[in-house]
Amino acid sequence: MSSETQDAAVKPARASLMNDPQVRGLFYQVLLVLVLVFLGWQIVSNTMANLERQNIASGFGFMENTAGFGIIQALVDYSETSSYGQALLVGFFNTLLVAVIGIFLATIIGFVVGIARLSNNWVISKIAYCYIELVRNIPLLLQIFFWYFAVLRAVPGKRDKWSFLFDTFHLNIAGLRGPKPVFEPGSGAIGYAVIAAIIGMVVLSRWARKRQEATGRQFPVFWSSLGLLIGLPMLAYLLTGMPMHFDLPIFNETGPVFSRGFELGTGFNVIPEFLALTLALAIYTASFIAEIVRAGIQAVSHGQTEAASALGIRPGHTLRLVVIPQAMRVIIPPLTSQYLNLTKNSSLAVAIAFPDLVSVGGTVLNQTGQAIEIIGIWMAVYLSLSLLTSSFMNWYNQRMALVER
Amino acid sequence: MSIKILPLVLGAAMGVAATAAHATTLEDVKAKGFIQCGVSQGLPGFSNPDAEGTWSGIDVDFCKAMAAAVFGDGSAVKFTPLSAKERFTALSSGEIDVLSRNTTWTMTRDTQLGLNFAGVNYYDGQGFMVRKDLGVTSALEMSGASVCTNTGTTTELNVADYFRANNMPYEIVAFEKADEVVQAYDAGRCDVYTTDASGLYAQRLKLTNPGDHMVLPEIISKEPLGPVVRQGDDEWFNIAKWTLNVMINAEELGVTMANVDDMKSSDNPSIKRLLGVEGAYGEPIGLSNDFGYSIVKAVGNYGESFDANVGPDTPLGIARGVNALWSQGGFLYAPPVR
Repeated sequence: MSSETQDAAVKPARASLMNDPQVRGLFYQVLLVLVLVFLGWQIVSNTMANLERQNIASGFGFMENTAGFGIIQALVDYSETSSYGQALLVGFFNTLLVAVIGIFLATIIGFVVGIARLSNNWVISKIAYCYIELVRNIPLLLQIFFWYFAVLRAVPGKRDKWSFLFDTFHLNIAGLRGPKPVFEPGSGAIGYAVIAAIIGMVVLSRWARKRQEATGRQFPVFWSSLGLLIGLPMLAYLLTGMPMHFDLPIFNETGPVFSRGFELGTGFNVIPEFLALTLALAIYTASFIAEIVRAGIQAVSHGQTEAASALGIRPGHTLRLVVIPQAMRVIIPPLTSQYLNLTKNSSLAVAIAFPDLVSVGGTVLNQTGQAIEIIGIWMAVYLSLSLLTSSFMNWYNQRMALVER
Repeated sequence: MSIKILPLVLGAAMGVAATAAHATTLEDVKAKGFIQCGVSQGLPGFSNPDAEGTWSGIDVDFCKAMAAAVFGDGSAVKFTPLSAKERFTALSSGEIDVLSRNTTWTMTRDTQLGLNFAGVNYYDGQGFMVRKDLGVTSALEMSGASVCTNTGTTTELNVADYFRANNMPYEIVAFEKADEVVQAYDAGRCDVYTTDASGLYAQRLKLTNPGDHMVLPEIISKEPLGPVVRQGDDEWFNIAKWTLNVMINAEELGVTMANVDDMKSSDNPSIKRLLGVEGAYGEPIGLSNDFGYSIVKAVGNYGESFDANVGPDTPLGIARGVNALWSQGGFLYAPPVR
C-alpha cells in the first residue's frame, strides 16, 4: 500500500480509470445489472407483443368464468357451475392436504426406520436397511403407479367390499369409506371443548415439568393429556344433548347396475388416488428421512450415551432425553429439504388422476388457453408453500439450537 | 474473465431482441427443411408410433401430405407427441408448425387461443364404453357411475353437461395420459370410459379382453376433429387448408396413389388443375404448382388414408359413416381447385 502511494507521489502520470480495481469492479457490476434488466424487459415485452399478435387474451379475468367440469374430491364447495377461480382453490386445498398428511406420515415412518436402522437387533436393522435401499433407489413416479395400479387390482370391485372394525369401515376399488360426522346446530361447544383441552394440556405439561424440577416427582403427563383430549369433548357432547351424528355410507345391493355399491355422496370417502399418492410420497420421502435421522443420531458422540448409562439412565430414556435432543440439531436442516421435496413432488398427482393444483390448473389452462397466468399461479403457490414450510422449520431449528449457558 | 463473457451476454440479448421480428412459418419451415408436426402420445389409427418409432395414422398422413406439398417429399416431417394439455401452448410458442392431433374445433379454441382450424379431417362425437357383462344398453342408465377420461379435453366438459342435463349423479376420474385411463378402466376403477367414439374404438384394442367391452349407441356431442395452425399467418393457414381439400378432392375425382401418374395425362380439367398440369394454383400460396400431385403421390387421397388407418379392414374397423364424401351420404365436401 505504502509503495503504491509513494509511486503515485513520485510519478503523477494518471493510469487509466479502467485499471483501478474498484472502478472496474463497479463498472462490470453495473453493466451486469443493466444487461439483466434489459433481458428481463425484452422477455416481458416480447411475450406481450407475441400474445397480442396472436390474439391471445391475457389477464386474470377468466377466473370468474364458469368452469363446467367436475372434480372428484373437493374440500371446499364446488360444482360444475363454480368458477375457474373456485376450481383452482379446490386444487390448492387438495395439494395442501396431500402435503400435510404426507409430511406427517413420512416423519413418523422416517424416524421409526432411522432408529430401527441403528438397532442392535440384527433382523430389525437389516429390514430397515433393505427398506431404505429399495425405496429410495426407485423413481417416485414408478412407486406412485405401483401403489395405484397394484393396490387397485388387489381390492374388491365397486359392487363388492371388505369391511373391518365392526363393519364401520369399508374398502373397495372406489376408496376407503367410513362414517362421516355431521355437526348439527349447537355442536360448537364440542369445538370449544377441544380448544380447552389443548390449553389444559399445555398448562398441565408446564406444571408437571416445574414440579419435577422442584421436587423430582414425575407426573403421568401423556395419559392425563390423552384423557383431557378425549374426555372434555365427550363431556361437551353429552351435556349439549348429542348434537352430532354419523352419516353412514349406504351400500346398495340391488337396483340399476351403476347404482349398486356405495351410493355417491354418502358417508366419508377417501378416494384411492389420494391413498396411493399420499402413501407413495410418505414411503418414498421416509426413506430419505430415515437416513437423515441415522446421520443425526450418529453425530451425537458415543460418550454421551456412555455417560447416560453410567448415571444409570435406562436406554429408552437415554434415547429420548439425551441423544435425540442433540441429534435434532443435525436433523432439522436436511429434514426441511425433504419436507419441501414432498410438497413439490405432490404435483405428480396428475399421473394418477388426483385433482391437485397442477391437475386442475392444467384443465383450466387447456380450456382458457391462459398458459402464462396459470403457470404463474402454480409457481407462486409452490414458492409460497415452500417458503412457509422453511420459515417454520427455521423457527423450530432456532428453538432447538444449542443454548449456551 | 468478465470481458470474455460480455460479448456472449450481449449476443444473447440481441438474439432475444431479434426474435421479435418473425419470419413466416413457410420461410421457417423451408429454412429448416422439415415440418414439425404435433401429434398425440399414441392413439391407434390417428397417430401412433410402431415398435420402430415410425408414426402412422390419419393425423400423421395429414402432416406427411403437408410436407409433400411444401417439399415434394412426404418424409420431410418430424413428430412431437403432445398431451391434450400441452398441445395449444406447443403450437402458439412455435415449438411445432402444425397441430394434427384429433383436436376438436370449438369456438373458444378458434377465437380466443390464437389458433385457426384448417378444416375437419374426421367427424367424431363423444361416446361411452362399458363392460358387456353389466347388461347396460343405454347411456341414460349411468346414474351413479364413475367415469374415467382425460384431463383438459372437451370430453370432460361434455360429460359434466350430459350428466347434469339428465340429472344423474356421477364421479369423474380424470387422468393426464390416455394410457393411464385405459389401465384404470381395465382395473375396474371406473364403470365407464368416455372419449371421442373413434378414440374408444382405438383404446379398446389396448384392453386385456377387447371383446368384453362395448361402445354405447349414444353420441353426446359434436366433435369435428381437424388440423390446427397459428392465427396471423394466412399463407401457412392456406397451405394447411388446401392440403386437406386436395386430399378430399382427389378421392372425389378418383385420383389415387397408384394411378396419380397416369391421371396426369387425364382429359378431365378438374384433375388437371388438381395435379398442377393446368393453371398455376400452387405458386400464389408459396408452393410449386404440382403440390397436389406430390400430396397424392406421398399419402394418397383421403379415402385411402381412412381405409389404411381406421377403416373396416383395420383393427379399429370404423365404417365411413358421416366421414364419407358428400356424394356418398357423408359430410366431406371440399371446395373445388380452380
